Amino acid sequence: MKKIYICLGIVSILTFSGCGKKEPESAAKEEATAPATAPATIDDANAATVTGKVAFSGDKPTMRNIDMSANPACARAHSGAPPKSEEVVVNDNGTLKNVFVWVKSGLPERQWPVPSTPVELTQKGCMYGPHVIGVMANQNIKIVNNDPTNHNIHPLPKINQEWNESQPPKGEDKLKRFAREEVMIPVKCNVHPWMRSYIGVVNHPFFAVTGDDGTFTIKGLPPGTYTLEAWHEKYAPQDVQVTVGAKESKTVDFPFKAS
Amino acid sequence: MKNVWLHRYVVLWAFCTLFLVVAGGLVTSHDAGLSVPDWPLSYGKLMPTMEGNIFYEHGHRMVATTVGLLTIFMAVWLWRAEDRRWMQNLGWIALLAVTAQGVLGGLTVIFLLPRPVSIGHACLAQLFFSTTVAISVFSSPSWKRGSIMVDDDGAPPLHWLAIGAPLCVFIQLALGAAARHQAIGILPHVAGAVVATGMVLWFTVRVLMRHADYDSLRRSALALVSVTFLQVFLGIAAYMSRLATAEAPQPMPVMVGFTVAHVAVGALTMAASVVLSIQVFRNVRRPMPAMQTARIAIPF
Ligand code: HEM
Ligand code: HEM
Repeated sequence: MKKIYICLGIVSILTFSGCGKKEPESAAKEEATAPATAPATIDDANAATVTGKVAFSGDKPTMRNIDMSANPACARAHSGAPPKSEEVVVNDNGTLKNVFVWVKSGLPERQWPVPSTPVELTQKGCMYGPHVIGVMANQNIKIVNNDPTNHNIHPLPKINQEWNESQPPKGEDKLKRFAREEVMIPVKCNVHPWMRSYIGVVNHPFFAVTGDDGTFTIKGLPPGTYTLEAWHEKYAPQDVQVTVGAKESKTVDFPFKAS
Repeated sequence: MKNVWLHRYVVLWAFCTLFLVVAGGLVTSHDAGLSVPDWPLSYGKLMPTMEGNIFYEHGHRMVATTVGLLTIFMAVWLWRAEDRRWMQNLGWIALLAVTAQGVLGGLTVIFLLPRPVSIGHACLAQLFFSTTVAISVFSSPSWKRGSIMVDDDGAPPLHWLAIGAPLCVFIQLALGAAARHQAIGILPHVAGAVVATGMVLWFTVRVLMRHADYDSLRRSALALVSVTFLQVFLGIAAYMSRLATAEAPQPMPVMVGFTVAHVAVGALTMAASVVLSIQVFRNVRRPMPAMQTARIAIPF
């Protein structure tokens, strides 16, 4: 049976790959022939900064415990207290963690330099860390498995190419990237169905993710008027307009409310 | 007598297939389909570590391989031991179906669960299970004792209902699979439940009112009507458990239990409707136009 499966599998894969794989190829070509805009450098002397915080009001939702008993290797990593879902994390200072803040529009048409250092996404205790990351399009993401268990990494993009790969216990790190801007790409592990993270892919370097203090800083902006968006996995995204002059610093706050 | 063991074997095969349907339902409900990214091997091996959801996905593949082997053996046995040509052919058809099913399963993994493939895999699983049950009926000793030939001149002809009811149940399964794999909402499936249950009631009540004296017809009709009611109850429970656990960070046992039971009893509903139809086609004489006196051939 296995042999029949294998043969039929190969035949159908060959047939199907003909139609299935065309899309990314032509997409790659499209990208290659796109008119190259002048590479931009960040003009530090005149650059503006936008900082702010993501405030949270209303009743702080209680997050549910995650039951890792299906995989003892995961449960052991949390022998103290069971881990909680990270869907909504409200910081002690009343701010919201894991909010992706980015410049949605208003930037001049330029090619911003892509950092050569990758952003790390770690699997530890069968949770992703950090829960939300931001990268530039074509910037590498280094995926690390620190767990003594198998993971599969399965991003669910709508614009970029979807993929699904396994990573054995303490296996080699993976370098992955996404070619197009997409806010946000959910990532899941089907071995451990509670694992969930989000990747924001942006064409420029003007983005930030709120941490334990709920603040964000976007530096190096050319003077101009921008729309900033704050994205959270549970609550509706919020947009704010901001105008900054050369060397100016402005503060923008996003008020999120419990739903 | 020589075929008693063949019949027992076929029944065992059908039970294994029902178990396989349960194993498949567990894969979908746990969202485990992609926990093993490669196929035909699993993590490059025949036997990966059975941890987390890999247990469901790889377990499903193992049960499927077993059922595949059982099907090959069954087809060969029918071919060697069966006198009825159409039965031999049915064995080959079952083998073809299980092979296609395995390929669909592999493709859905490799192409990251495209909806049409997952839905096709879910529907073909149901049809395949019905085929195993049909072969069990055809190979049974009671089948070999011959048919009873009763008359039924009701309107619409009972044979129409015998085609309509399994057809409605099948459409209902397909709508359920489309809803389960998020291709459509749940409304068509709930509306379909009214139609399918109505058809089943019409069919079974008609058989029970007119032909309850005949064991094979009465039993098949009772089985179909009870399993359908159970299925409607499980459908409501599956729906409510989905709603109740929508906020949970992972698939919850209540939801998994009810949805998998609904998939499995769905397979039983389909099979029961096929069995009653088979019994009707075999045992109920088709109403003949008044002038026609020639005997018509009855299938099976
Ligand atoms: C050969 C006989 C097989 C049968 C009768 C069968 C049956 C099923 C059933 C009933 C389901 C559940 C569908 C649902 O709940 O909607 C399922 C799901 C699944 N099966 Fe199979 N299966 C077979 C072989 C395979 C094989 C060889 C693979 C190989 C990888 C496979 C992979 C899957 C996957 C990945 C799912 C989950 C699909 C999803 O969540 O979208 N199956 N199968
Ligand atoms: C004769 C009646 C019914 C039959 C034969 C039937 C059959 C099925 C089958 C076979 C599936 C799964 C398809 C697959 O393999 O993927 C399904 C899914 C489903 N059915 Fe039904 N069904 C019936 C009635 C109902 C009713 C009355 C409800 C009530 C709301 C319901 C709710 C559902 C839901 C919510 C799902 C998706 C389960 C999930 O989310 O995983 N069904 N149905």
